[in-house]
Amino acid sequence: MSAKLEMLCQNLQNVLGDRIVSLVTALGQVTLVVDAADYLFVAKTLRNHPDLRFDQCIDLCGVDYSTYGDGAWQGRRFAAVSQLLSVEKNWRLRLRVFAPDDDFPVVDSVIDVWNSVNWFEREAFDLLGIMFSGHPDLRRILTDYGFIGHPFRKDFPISGYVEMQYDPAQKRVVYQPVTIEPREITPRIIREETFGGAKQGNHG
Amino acid sequence: MADVRNFTLNFGPQHPAAHGVMRLVLELDGETVVRADPHIGLLHRATEKLAEERTWVQSLPYMDRLDYTSMFINEHPFVLAVEKLVGVDIPLRAQYIRVMFDEITRIHNHLLSIGTQALDVGAMTMVLYTFREREDIADMLEAVSGARMHGAYYRPGGVYRDLPDQMPRYTANKFKNAETVRKLNEARNGSLLDFIEDFTNRFPTYCDEYETLLTDNRIWKQRLVGVGVVSPERALQLGFTGPMLRGSGIQWDVRKKQPYEVYDRLEFDIPVGVEGDCYDRYLVRMEEMRQANRIIKQCVEWLRNDSAKGAGPVITGNYNVAPPSREKMKGNMEELIHHFKLFTEGIHVPPGEVYCGIEHAKGEFGVYMISDGANKPYRMKLRSAAYTHLSSMNEMAKGHMIADAVTIIGTMDIVFGDVDR
Repeated sequence: MSAKLEMLCQNLQNVLGDRIVSLVTALGQVTLVVDAADYLFVAKTLRNHPDLRFDQCIDLCGVDYSTYGDGAWQGRRFAAVSQLLSVEKNWRLRLRVFAPDDDFPVVDSVIDVWNSVNWFEREAFDLLGIMFSGHPDLRRILTDYGFIGHPFRKDFPISGYVEMQYDPAQKRVVYQPVTIEPREITPRIIREETFGGAKQGNHG
Repeated sequence: MADVRNFTLNFGPQHPAAHGVMRLVLELDGETVVRADPHIGLLHRATEKLAEERTWVQSLPYMDRLDYTSMFINEHPFVLAVEKLVGVDIPLRAQYIRVMFDEITRIHNHLLSIGTQALDVGAMTMVLYTFREREDIADMLEAVSGARMHGAYYRPGGVYRDLPDQMPRYTANKFKNAETVRKLNEARNGSLLDFIEDFTNRFPTYCDEYETLLTDNRIWKQRLVGVGVVSPERALQLGFTGPMLRGSGIQWDVRKKQPYEVYDRLEFDIPVGVEGDCYDRYLVRMEEMRQANRIIKQCVEWLRNDSAKGAGPVITGNYNVAPPSREKMKGNMEELIHHFKLFTEGIHVPPGEVYCGIEHAKGEFGVYMISDGANKPYRMKLRSAAYTHLSSMNEMAKGHMIADAVTIIGTMDIVFGDVDR
């Protein structure tokens, strides 16, 4: 771990203290996980504290962890993950917050902290159905007007439920149930490291 | 007194100045924009969801189709993310080739951006000139990847193949006689590197030509100066990156501040604006093209010296990531198994998550990748610069005249493949 990342982790420890649920450095990137109750406060601190200064929110996205590791996932289902950047300090941080309720995922909106998350939060709501409380304009953004469901959830099929077609009789575009069969070209495989008695790292 | 109400205007979805399929709902008070509400998603193809159903290499060609005006550079963060997760070293030659094509695509992108912005505000000529150079660049991309647009040239671990020794040439036909073909082939008699070098020598003159047309052009300045002003504080708050952020005077460039590949070995400058208006952003883009040209020159020189010494590999020798050569595959059992596993199952990526952001021509383009150890990504999120820039449309256009909305869309340099993903 480079000295810069160590300093960042140290600063995060000092400033946030026991609000940190986990702080992991992997592949040269720092990931901070916080509780949904502390999320807004932590976001404000990350931006304003002179030792942290995350002045830009580069990205925010929703993640549906329900099928992670083919069922090995134990934690909460939905998370909002943001990639923060400090132009002043020249460092990055990943901030993750899990929505406490799997059936009705809600986390606080950080739009007042970073205005750039406006559309990112709308997108996460549209595609994954994560609610951001405090967002002034939480409309769908990428899907069609009147779309039903949240397409990036893992239980939403890749072919969707409806397809669109021009109906010559009605002289307009109509929705109908999908007619294509779902297919998988390459099966999804998580390879076991010790399959068939192979030594670790000797697979292939 | 008569009841005067604001007028709501639908701009698009099929409007040439919208740079793609965007429905922009403008609320107007007379000719002044009171509120601008972009409705996007008309080109949404769910690239991120599709990637979850495909192996790591199968998703790569989708990257070209995001920002279809600067293709190769889109592939870069994707392969960087996979490489980082797998932990594979990339040959130096491949790094130089990638950087060179990143910069070529940057010029490719800025030429379109400036050309079409000029077209939008009424300068027809400009786009004809910029497309003249885009033609040369498309030839370069074709020579190296076989496709003029969607190259799919980068691979996790390097690039697909080395630069060709022979630049393809025109042949005479019933539309082009021998004399025309001879002229067209003047720069194409050597290798691809010779052609690129010839282009870099010609390009500064072309930039001067564009500047003659636009920089001091009275109409151009009247349309751009003082329009869409964004202060440095607001630019940071709104998540601006790339030329949009630098136009507001913040010296931030991922290539310089958090160098990836070989950018720390190359010399180039970062232009910044002063006022943060559309005109400054135009000047920043203009200078970026000249700087990109400088970088390409350095890459060509390095690659040429490397070729003279006997070119090294362009893709990693780690067979868990890149396939072995055909020759080896046909002679060795081990290599045959690797080849078979790679093309039936694909790369196996260890569990983990990574975000790789690069300096795309439009701003920071990033890929956030979560792997759970399978041969497919668990979740991929694409962070496109244009998406964030467009989200500030309301703030930038408010209070301007309706004609300025077009200038502002032009200055954001948006492409809907990139915005809608």
